[in-house]
Amino acid sequence: MKAQPARASAAAAKLLAGPLTECVACIREGAAIPADMVSASFDRADEVGAGKDALNIFISTDREGATESAKQLTAHLGRAEPLGNLAGVPVALKDNIATLGMPTTCGSRILEGYVSPYEATVVRRLRANGAVIVGKTNMDEFAMGSSTENSAYGPTRNPVDIRRVPGGSSGGSAAAVAAGIVRLALGSETGGSVRQPASFCGVVGVKPTYGRVSRYGLVAFGSSLDQVGVLGRTVEDASIGMEVISGCDPLDSTSADVPVPRYELEKNAGLKGLVIGKPREYFPDGLDPRIAQECERALDAYRELGATVRDVSLPHTSYSIPVYYIIAPAEASSNLARFDGVRYGLRVLSERGLNGMYEETRARGFGPEVTRRVLLGTYVLSAGYYDAYYKKAQAVRTLIAQDFRDVFASGVDVLFTPTTPTPAFELGAVKDAYEMYLSDIFTASANLAGVPAMSVPIGDAAGLPIGGQIIAPHFGESVMFRAAFGLERALAGNFVPGEQDA
Amino acid sequence: MTAVTEREYEMVVGLEVHVQLKTRTKAFCSCSADFGAPPNTNVCPVCLALPGALPVLNHHAVELAVRAAIALECKVHETSVFARKNYFYPDLPKGYQISQYDKPLAEKGWLTIGELENKTPVRVGITRVHMEEDAGKSVHDRYNGVTAIDLNRAGVPLIEIVSEPDMRSSAEAGAYLRLIKQILSYAGVSDVSMEEGSLRVDANVSARLRGATKLGTKTEIKNVNSFSAVERALDSEFTRQVALLKSGGTVSQQTMLWDGARGETRPSRSKEESHDYRYFPEPDLPPLALDAEWIARVGREIPELPDARRKRLVDEYKITPPDAELLTSSAGFSEYFEAVARASLDPKGAVNWVMGEVSAAVNAAGVHLDEFAVRPADLAELLRMLRDDVVSHTAAKRIFARMVETGKPPVQVAAEEGLQKVDDDSALAGWIDEVLAENPSEAARYRAGETKLQGVLVGLVMKKSKGSADPKKVNQLLPERARGPS
Ligand SMILES: [Zn+2]
Repeated sequence: MKAQPARASAAAAKLLAGPLTECVACIREGAAIPADMVSASFDRADEVGAGKDALNIFISTDREGATESAKQLTAHLGRAEPLGNLAGVPVALKDNIATLGMPTTCGSRILEGYVSPYEATVVRRLRANGAVIVGKTNMDEFAMGSSTENSAYGPTRNPVDIRRVPGGSSGGSAAAVAAGIVRLALGSETGGSVRQPASFCGVVGVKPTYGRVSRYGLVAFGSSLDQVGVLGRTVEDASIGMEVISGCDPLDSTSADVPVPRYELEKNAGLKGLVIGKPREYFPDGLDPRIAQECERALDAYRELGATVRDVSLPHTSYSIPVYYIIAPAEASSNLARFDGVRYGLRVLSERGLNGMYEETRARGFGPEVTRRVLLGTYVLSAGYYDAYYKKAQAVRTLIAQDFRDVFASGVDVLFTPTTPTPAFELGAVKDAYEMYLSDIFTASANLAGVPAMSVPIGDAAGLPIGGQIIAPHFGESVMFRAAFGLERALAGNFVPGEQDA
Repeated sequence: MTAVTEREYEMVVGLEVHVQLKTRTKAFCSCSADFGAPPNTNVCPVCLALPGALPVLNHHAVELAVRAAIALECKVHETSVFARKNYFYPDLPKGYQISQYDKPLAEKGWLTIGELENKTPVRVGITRVHMEEDAGKSVHDRYNGVTAIDLNRAGVPLIEIVSEPDMRSSAEAGAYLRLIKQILSYAGVSDVSMEEGSLRVDANVSARLRGATKLGTKTEIKNVNSFSAVERALDSEFTRQVALLKSGGTVSQQTMLWDGARGETRPSRSKEESHDYRYFPEPDLPPLALDAEWIARVGREIPELPDARRKRLVDEYKITPPDAELLTSSAGFSEYFEAVARASLDPKGAVNWVMGEVSAAVNAAGVHLDEFAVRPADLAELLRMLRDDVVSHTAAKRIFARMVETGKPPVQVAAEEGLQKVDDDSALAGWIDEVLAENPSEAARYRAGETKLQGVLVGLVMKKSKGSADPKKVNQLLPERARGPS
C-alpha cells in the first residue's frame, strides 16, 4: 500500500471550508499554497469516503495529478501574469465531462476505464484560471436519473443524511460540495440535474442559459437541452465558477457569442424595485406543505428587501415533463449510438457477428434506465410515430418557451418557484420510473425553454434541505444572481449547508 | 394477341449522384480531407465520434455546395437544416450521418442533355441538392477474418444531387452524368473522379409500357464504379425487369448490386430498403442561414460553365463549333487551350496540338492535365517556332516528345537535340553565296531591286540546307550577301 501523504494543515482545512475568494486571495498573497488545499480536499474526501457509511462520491480521483498541478501553480506564483480567479481551488467534475488523465465513464459500464484523449472546454477554462481538478464524481448513468442510484458504480449517499439520495444526476458533484471536499464542482443539466441535487444537498446549483457555456467535451445526453452547470457552497462561489466557464466557444456551434458579465458584482446590487414572478403552476394544491411554507418565507424575505412579488402564469407548464421525456430520449437514442463497441469502451464479441456484437455490447454496457430511454427515443423517432410524438413535442416546446418570453416581457424580472416537489428521498424509495421523472417537474421547463435557472437553499424540513428556484430570461444570469444573492443574505442562518454531517 | 416486346417498354431513370466537395478540410472538423493518407491518420475527436465532441460546419464546403446548386440552376434556400440519419454501421462512427432531410440546401434545378450528341435536347429536372458527410471505409480484405476500419474519409463533405426520373435510356443517363461531371468540374466544386471515389452514382430504374403515364416499380442499383458501368447496369436491369413484366410477374422495390464481371444485377442481401433512418434535426448545428446577397455573390463568382465557354471559344478564337465542343469536354483542356492560343496567337494550331499531341500524351502518361510536364507557355513557344519556321513540323513533334519526358522548354530541347535550324552566320552565308552563284540571273535581278525574289532565294537556301537553316536569319543575311563584300 502507498504511504498516506501527510495530513493538510488545519489552516488549509479551514480555508477549504471558507469562501472561494478568501482561498484565492491567500494563495495569491502566498499565505497558503495550492498543494495544501489539495491535501485538505483529499483528506476530507478520505474522511467521507471510507467505511460502511462511505458516501461514494467519486468514480475516480487523481491525487498525483492534482498535487502536480498544485506544484506548477506555486511555481507560477510571482510571474508576470496573475493567477486566475480559481487559483489553487480544488474542483470536482461530474464524470461526463471529458478530462485528461482520469477516466470519463458517465457512470456507465460501457465506458469503464475510458480516458478521453482531449479535454472539455470547461475544464480547460477551469485549469486556465488556476483550478485544480481533484476527481470525477458519481452520476446517474449518462445523466439519466434524479437520484444517482442509476450509476454502474453504486449509488452516492446524501451527506446531509446518508440514508437518503443526493439527487441526480449530478449527485456526486452536489455531495462533494455539501460534504466539504470542494467548494465548487461542475455538474450538467438536461432537465434539472444540477438544481435538483443542489436542492437535495443544500447547496447552490446553477444551470446557465442554453449556449452560455460550451458543451464541447460534455458527453451528450439531450443535445438541445444539455448545459454544464456549477454547484457551489454559496451564491458567490457559484457565481465565480459560472463566470470562469461561461463564454463563446468556436468548438460548440450552439454556444452563443454574448458577452459574459461579472456575476459577482451583483452581490451588493440590492433588490429594490425587482419584480419577482410567482407562477401559480409551480405551487399546486398538492405541493408538500413543508416546501410551500419555506417558499412563502422566501417570498416574504423578497418583499422585505423591497422587491415586488407578482402572481403570474406559465400556462403550458404541465406539458413540460411529457415533452421533456420525448425530446430528451429521442436525442439520447441518437447520441448514444456511438457506443457500439467499435472504437472505444466496452466490446462484447458475439458468435452472431456484427449485429451480435452491437447487441451484446449495448445490452451489457447500458443499465436499465439508459436502455429504457434509448428504446423510448428510438420509438418516438420511428417512421409513423415521428409526427405524433417528436414533432408534436417540438411544437409544444415552443409554447413552453413562449410562456417564459411572455412572462418576462410583462415586466417580471425573475421567477421564484420551489426547485423540487419533495426533499431528498430515501435510497431505493422511488421504484417507479415515472414517479422518479416527476422529480424534475419544476426544473425541466427551464431546459426546454433554454432560460437560466438556479437553486438556492431556502430552508429545511426536519433537517432536510429545501431549495428555491430562481428563473431568469435568456442571458439574464446577472439579474438571476442578484436575486440569489439577496435571498441568500436575507435567509442567512436558516440553513447552513454542509454542517449537518459534521 | 401480339406478344409484348421489349421495344414496347420504356426505361425510366432517375440518378442520385454523390460528389465530394473540393475542400482542404472535412465538413465538421479541421482534419485534412486529402485522399490517400495512411489509414486513420486524418482523424480527430470529432470525426472519430469521441464522447463529447461536437461538429463545426466548414463554411468553404457550404460555399462549394451553393456554387454547385446554382450551377445546376437550383433555388438555394436561405434556411436549410441539417438532420441526423441514424443507422448502425462500423464505418459510421457516430451511429448517424449528418445530412439534410426535409429542408435541403437547394431544390428545383435542371440541366439540358442531348446537345452534345446533336440530338433533341432533353431537360432533366434536379429535385434537390443537399449537403452531407461521408462515412469511413470498411476494409474486408486486409486482415484475415476481420474487418478493418479506416476513418480518414469519415466526415469528408459531400453533396447529393437527386434528379427527377426524367431520363428514358441508359445513353441519356450517361450523358447526364458526363454533363454533371463537366459542370461541377468547371464550377471548381469537385475533382469528380469516380476512381478516387469523389463521384458516386446510385441509379433508380423502372420499366413501363410506352405511353403509360404512371411510373413502374423501381429498383435502385448500387455498386457501379464508372459511367459506362452505369449504362450497362441500367440496360441489364431494364432487360431483367421487362422479362419479369412480360412473364406476368411484378418488380419488387429493392436494392440491386451491379456485378460488373458477370454483367448483371443481383438483389442486395442487406435489408437496406427496410431501414428506418429516424431522421430528426441535428441539435448540434443551428439551421444553416444564408444571406440572399451572399448567395447571389457566390452565383456571380461561379467560373464560366461549359455551355458559355463553348460559345465564347467560337466567338473569340474563331474555331469551329465541333472543335469548341471537343475542347470544352474538360475544363482543364479548354483552359490549357486558351493559354496556348493566347500566348502563341495561333488558335488553330493550338486546337490541333491540344486535342492531338497533348491529349494523347496526357492519356498515355495517365496524369492530370495540371501535372502534365508541358506547360501551356512552352507549347505556345513551340508553336511560335513552328510558325516562324525555326523548326520543321517533324522536328516539332520530336521536340514535343522530349518536352513531355523532360519538362524542358522547346528552345532548350531543340538546341540539345540539334533540331533547331542552323542560324550560324558563316554557315548560312556559305549557303546563300552558293545559291547566288548557282542562280546568277535571279541574283542579278534581285540586286537590281526586284525584292519579291527574296522569297524564292530564301526558299532555295532552305532547300540547300535541307531545312536546317533559320529562315529568319537567311532573310536578314540575304540582302547584305547579295550586295557582296563592302
Ligand atoms: Zn476530424
